[in-house]
Amino acid sequence: MRAFTRLTGVAVPIDLPNVDTDRIIPARFLRRDRDEPEYASFLFHDVRFSADGLEKADFILNQRRYRGARIVVAAENFGCGSSREAAVWVLAAYGFRAVIAPSLGDIFHQNCFKNGVLPVILPADVVAGLRAHIHAQPGAALTVDLQPQTVSTAGGASHRFEVDPFRKEMLLAGRDEIGLTLGFETKIREFEARHAREMAWVVPPRASA
Amino acid sequence: MFEKIWTRHVVAEGPGGHVLLYVDRHLLHEGATAAFTRLARSGRRVRRPDLSFATADHYVRTAPGSPVPDDEIRIMVEGLGRHTVLQGITYFGVGDPRRGIVHVIGPEQGLTVPGITLVCGDSHTATHGAFGALAFGIGSSEVEHVMVTQTLWQKRPRTMRITVDGRLAPGVDAKDVILAIIAKIGAGGGVGHAIEYAGSGIRAMSMDERMTVCNMSIEGGARAGMIAPDDTTFAYVEGRPLAPRGAAWRQALAFWKTLPSDPGAVFDREVALAAGEIAPTVTWGTSPQDALPITARVPDPADVGETGRRESMVRALAYMGLRPGTPLAEIAVNRVFIGSCTNSRLDDLRAAARVAKGRRAVVPAWVVPGSGLIKRAAEQEGLDQIFLEAGFEWRESGCSMCVGMNGETAREGERVASTSNRNFEGRQGKGARTHLMSPAMAAAAAVTGRLTDVRTLRT
Repeated sequence: MRAFTRLTGVAVPIDLPNVDTDRIIPARFLRRDRDEPEYASFLFHDVRFSADGLEKADFILNQRRYRGARIVVAAENFGCGSSREAAVWVLAAYGFRAVIAPSLGDIFHQNCFKNGVLPVILPADVVAGLRAHIHAQPGAALTVDLQPQTVSTAGGASHRFEVDPFRKEMLLAGRDEIGLTLGFETKIREFEARHAREMAWVVPPRASA
Repeated sequence: MFEKIWTRHVVAEGPGGHVLLYVDRHLLHEGATAAFTRLARSGRRVRRPDLSFATADHYVRTAPGSPVPDDEIRIMVEGLGRHTVLQGITYFGVGDPRRGIVHVIGPEQGLTVPGITLVCGDSHTATHGAFGALAFGIGSSEVEHVMVTQTLWQKRPRTMRITVDGRLAPGVDAKDVILAIIAKIGAGGGVGHAIEYAGSGIRAMSMDERMTVCNMSIEGGARAGMIAPDDTTFAYVEGRPLAPRGAAWRQALAFWKTLPSDPGAVFDREVALAAGEIAPTVTWGTSPQDALPITARVPDPADVGETGRRESMVRALAYMGLRPGTPLAEIAVNRVFIGSCTNSRLDDLRAAARVAKGRRAVVPAWVVPGSGLIKRAAEQEGLDQIFLEAGFEWRESGCSMCVGMNGETAREGERVASTSNRNFEGRQGKGARTHLMSPAMAAAAAVTGRLTDVRTLRT
């Protein structure tokens, strides 16, 4: 996994609460390979492009000042709905490396960590303040620094965020989670032996063909 | 209850309160293809194929008579079949009557039992929590992690108890209960929580109804939703093909009876609803929290003080093509979808059939049973004949128009009365407008051509 340490980049405000993962990537693109060159174009596809494939001028990512944005500053419950990890893949394919919000959909939140995208939870008023700051200065950059756990504006305002120490360590090191867990093989074996004794019924009978 | 199951499955303690949690059941569908491909590339194998089960539901077509998909989908479904053979995983594939929606067939086969941990790469996995299991949806990376290690790194969620006491009024069912709950707590209300549904209103429900409630936990923001197991649960599970038998059954049952939360159990958050106050409910907007009794009117954004909420209402009403103040029961629909992991079980089909019987659908109406076995059982009861005589389409099982991945979508601008779980923009097709409701309410909409209070139709 790609490590995340410190990022300075253009931030784009998304004011709508409850942005669901169907909106982030419509279901019909889920069969597509994320290595395809056009994958990034599936991001917010149906609100970003008109029926003839042209960019909708009123969609924020299509505005000149937000080209090359790297950070999403969202509203409540961003990434709610479907578990599709493609919602994170497509954000990352576009170039986003951090999502700042007052809350995130639980599964989306976890999926971010697995893909080197940093989810940052800050109080609703702080996030609303950041969005207002960007609206006032479109194209303004934010800096997200994982080690000290801060989000700061170019003007110097800095906000400390909480992040799970386990996830922080994994992101800073860009560590592969499966590799880490395989190091627990002995513990897993011990557990399986105990589980088989205490809850023998848990293994289902073989299904008939 | 959550605590009891969680503690039993901790393999190791990690940093920051994370634990390595053991997974007793891993359910798979076509969405696992990417994880299988990565697995094959890494040369690793599925650790516990005996605890992994697969089916094809999201991409399979449900056209009557043949779920034969187009080439691209056929290749994907065949690919899933190949991966399961290579890894030694039981696969309920195309042509097998046991095939169906993953959250329908798990319980139906007896794979879903109390006291276990169960995961699936699908957000509606909380459905299985109806049995007193800890069940939650995971992403593709987590699917691969479970394949290889049979575990997940998890942080303990906060707990929320939602108590529904009293009796449901006639014409009101489990779908109305969960829509009312989501309207009350909000689409983000359960974020970071595992929900336990409790109270006499829940206890009185059948397993099919309990699954409907738990299924939509994620629509209230919660990854897991559960209901304490009781005699209703045990009676459902006993004798299912893959449920414990003999001595194993007796041992399991003794454990399951210890699972319900202790009387003094403390939850991080408590919410209560009176069952008797819940009316047949429909959604008007583009979030499942946008739910109101059918007797209400489309709300007016002007009445909302908070700017963000007002703006999202304006947007939702524009997308839905609705004007504030319109009585919900006057909204005309173009099509009806009865199905999905929320409402495609036998109880759901019976409820819809009671309304459809002797009437005539005036708009295209699909009935998509949750599994091949449910389809067969419904046919043995003659439900298919009731639907067909009423002009409904009786289809093969699958996710179908709930998510439209298989190409079964509504057209742009079409308004759908749907028993599914999400009314997001574009969910049932680009530009399609979804109103969520119970199977009886959807059948009522089919025969009148508008959103209808099912209590006004004599059944």
